[in-house]
Amino acid sequence: MSRTGRHWPWIAAFALAYGALALFVDNQYYQLIMTVVLVWAVMGLAWNLLSGYSGLISFGHAAFFGLGAYFVALIQLTWGISPWYGIPLAALLGGVAGLVVGVPTFRLRGHYFALAMLAYPLALLYVFEWLGYQEVAVPMVRDAPAAYMQFDDGRVYILIGLGFVVASMLITRLVERSRFGMCLLAIKQDETAAEAAGIDTLAWKLRAIVLSGAMAATIGGFYAVVQLVVTPLSVFGVLVSAQALIVAMFGGVGTVWGPVIGAVTLVPLSAWLDAEFAERLPGIQGVIYGVAIVAVVMLAPEGLFWKVRDIVRRRRAASARTESATAATPAAATRADGFRVADVRAGRTVLTVNGLSKSFGGLRAVDAVSLEVRQGEIVGIIGPNGAGKTTLFNLLNGFIAPDAGEVLLDGQSILGKAPNRICRGGVGRTFQIVKPFRRMSIADNVVIGAYVNAGSDDDARALATAAIAAVGLGDAAESIAGSVSNEQLRLMELARALASRPSILLLDEIFAGLAGAEVERLMQVIRGLAALGITIVIIEHTMQAMVQLVDRFIVLDHGAVLAAGSPGAVTRDPAVIEAYLGRKWLEDA
Amino acid sequence: MSPAQHIENFLQLLTAGLLTGAIYGLMCVGLSVIFGVMRVINFAQGEFMMLGMYFAYYIFGSIAGYMVFGDLVAPFVAALAVGPAVFLVGLVVHKGLVSQVTGISGSALEAEGHYAQLILTLGISLILANGGLIVFGSAPVSISTPLSSTPWVVGPLYGEDILLFINQGQTIAALVAVGVVVAFAALMANSRPGRALRAAADNPVAAVYMGIDVDRAYRIAFGFGVGITAIGGGLLASTNPFQPYVGIDYVIVMYAGVVLGGLGSLRGAFLGGLTIGLVQQLSALFLPNQLQNTAIFVCFLLIVLLRPQGLFGRAARRA
Repeated sequence: MSRTGRHWPWIAAFALAYGALALFVDNQYYQLIMTVVLVWAVMGLAWNLLSGYSGLISFGHAAFFGLGAYFVALIQLTWGISPWYGIPLAALLGGVAGLVVGVPTFRLRGHYFALAMLAYPLALLYVFEWLGYQEVAVPMVRDAPAAYMQFDDGRVYILIGLGFVVASMLITRLVERSRFGMCLLAIKQDETAAEAAGIDTLAWKLRAIVLSGAMAATIGGFYAVVQLVVTPLSVFGVLVSAQALIVAMFGGVGTVWGPVIGAVTLVPLSAWLDAEFAERLPGIQGVIYGVAIVAVVMLAPEGLFWKVRDIVRRRRAASARTESATAATPAAATRADGFRVADVRAGRTVLTVNGLSKSFGGLRAVDAVSLEVRQGEIVGIIGPNGAGKTTLFNLLNGFIAPDAGEVLLDGQSILGKAPNRICRGGVGRTFQIVKPFRRMSIADNVVIGAYVNAGSDDDARALATAAIAAVGLGDAAESIAGSVSNEQLRLMELARALASRPSILLLDEIFAGLAGAEVERLMQVIRGLAALGITIVIIEHTMQAMVQLVDRFIVLDHGAVLAAGSPGAVTRDPAVIEAYLGRKWLEDA
Repeated sequence: MSPAQHIENFLQLLTAGLLTGAIYGLMCVGLSVIFGVMRVINFAQGEFMMLGMYFAYYIFGSIAGYMVFGDLVAPFVAALAVGPAVFLVGLVVHKGLVSQVTGISGSALEAEGHYAQLILTLGISLILANGGLIVFGSAPVSISTPLSSTPWVVGPLYGEDILLFINQGQTIAALVAVGVVVAFAALMANSRPGRALRAAADNPVAAVYMGIDVDRAYRIAFGFGVGITAIGGGLLASTNPFQPYVGIDYVIVMYAGVVLGGLGSLRGAFLGGLTIGLVQQLSALFLPNQLQNTAIFVCFLLIVLLRPQGLFGRAARRA
């Protein structure tokens, strides 16, 4: 997203304006509303930090909020511990709760994740009722109220709440700008591709939910202080989770400003409606929230912030349209030296596969495959459709686990390792159907791939720039991946894999859908990479282009190795001809 | 407690579990039609069930006086009548809202697109629950009939020790639920709309090529789904008091049942719902009453975490 824009002056301006406005508000009710707006802004930011960036929708943020609220209220009630200590402790508790929830729940994706998250606060709601905490009141402290965060002047609460909002916005901003945010965005767009690009998706998701849970529990604790009474329904209820989601969705997901915009708009609106009509229409607040979400989903699915930004951008773009469309230029491998493989000993075995097998139901997709690939080789794995080629790659980079056999990378077994670990170990891959992070620029796509073996974020940027140059995509670097040509996407995936500094590259039908001249250019790039000592394994079901490119063919049929050898030998092999063309052609050949 | 009392207690909870479980099973079948055919998570399913409860309540109120044996028959007539009524509501909601973000056009959207319907149905759920509060009021109501407080007494068994009380209203409601499930399963298996629904579920794109109006099939599936769940609600209404916010608890019950039963299988969904009913009631053997729902939530979490493909059906896709 707008990684270069400066947000902190705007955040400071917002805080000053809100604080200044608060100073002029005497009415206690309005002061309370202004405080509650800030509570929901932080709740929205907490939800956004996990769900907005990673795309994993949580319906259960009330679990963290409620734990924070009850914790702060109960420790003051029981041990007289001030919320000044209680709220930071609640943050810790929220973080731990995030971890406890995240570890099992992140095994699920999509709908199942959302539903499972819903169950946590509901389960807690009944547990707290059963424990007898139907209504916990925070005791008033007469002698030293300020030491217990109790103030006669409601404006103080607004200022404290503002502090939480600013802190949450800055944290979100830090996350968004860094590797953290980029990885979450990559997960949101294509978790498989992110994992293959070396991103430890589970670790980043856990960090996100820990931070998000801490934020939600913090503000839950503050909510208890503000409301003075905590009930299960008011802190664990579905409306709490829903409200967090709604303010973020309404304002805009995946941005610092969205939840704040949403809270500032919706909370006063619903409070006003509640005050005005609650007597006659008791559920009006919920109805308004419901209508708000429905309207947002139908009209501006990404939220107000993005809708407005898109409109503004379109205006600007229309007024200043320039001819900037440039095609990819052929490889200019000027900066490619950084990807030279360190340990170059010709003939060293990089990849060893022994008796690898995998069945799906009754189908033996990969059947006792053994092969060796040596340093710097270009090996073509060919075979008819359904021969088990992609399954073999999925076994090699850890997407699926084999039933039998072993895979050695530089002599070490990689079985049972997560794809991101295998990528870290030096296996890069591209996909048969390109998996770009569509809403990111080409450059950002490649940066994601660079993180795995880059020390700092700056190193990653430099590596990405070099990888993009090495495949000849320099001119298109700032284009959004969703808008470029198939050739550019193929090159982008190659650059993304290259940026992880692989010792071996697995290319899955990288020529698919490319025309003659494009194939020629891409082969040029691949030869350049092989010259750096990077070992290359290509899957393809047609032989034509491959004959000119590869050093050696391995032919798969029905999951098993049918033949292996130089292009010349393999293309004359009767068994190969039969597999490809049928028995009839054998006599003619 | 004596051993005999333990056994009595267990048998009592077992029957209660089977009777509620049958109704849960019916509700799960409704949800499974939507979930299985459209791959849409309908968050508002519980609120449609709530609508079923209130519709049944009002229909019962207006017909009971005019019928022979009104008190005895009317609750079940009302519950069945709720089906078509909520079916129509479902068609309208699907046409106006849900179809805009799902279906054949929705499935073409990028990954983020499929969250739209999740959040849309959350919005619908909030509108229905809180709108319900405005229209129906917050005081819990129920359909009270002589049947719902009259038990059949079984026993004494084992000498003089064990007496079983089986609620007549619940028993008839459970039988009606099973009947509706069987009738619906027959409809799905043998009728033209049923075949279209199954085709649309299996492969929407291929179904379009075969000339099936998939958007229409989805709309009908949505109507059937909410209608059937609403009948379940109507049947529950004669034994359980309810208020407009009742839906959310049952959403988890239903999803637990459907996931337990395995995606896309009506039989699995029914058995899943039955199991959830048993878990809920039998948990009273170990847990205090307030924690019965917590037992369901924990059970649900365990199912999705350990066995997302379900116990009874074919594999459910996680993504």
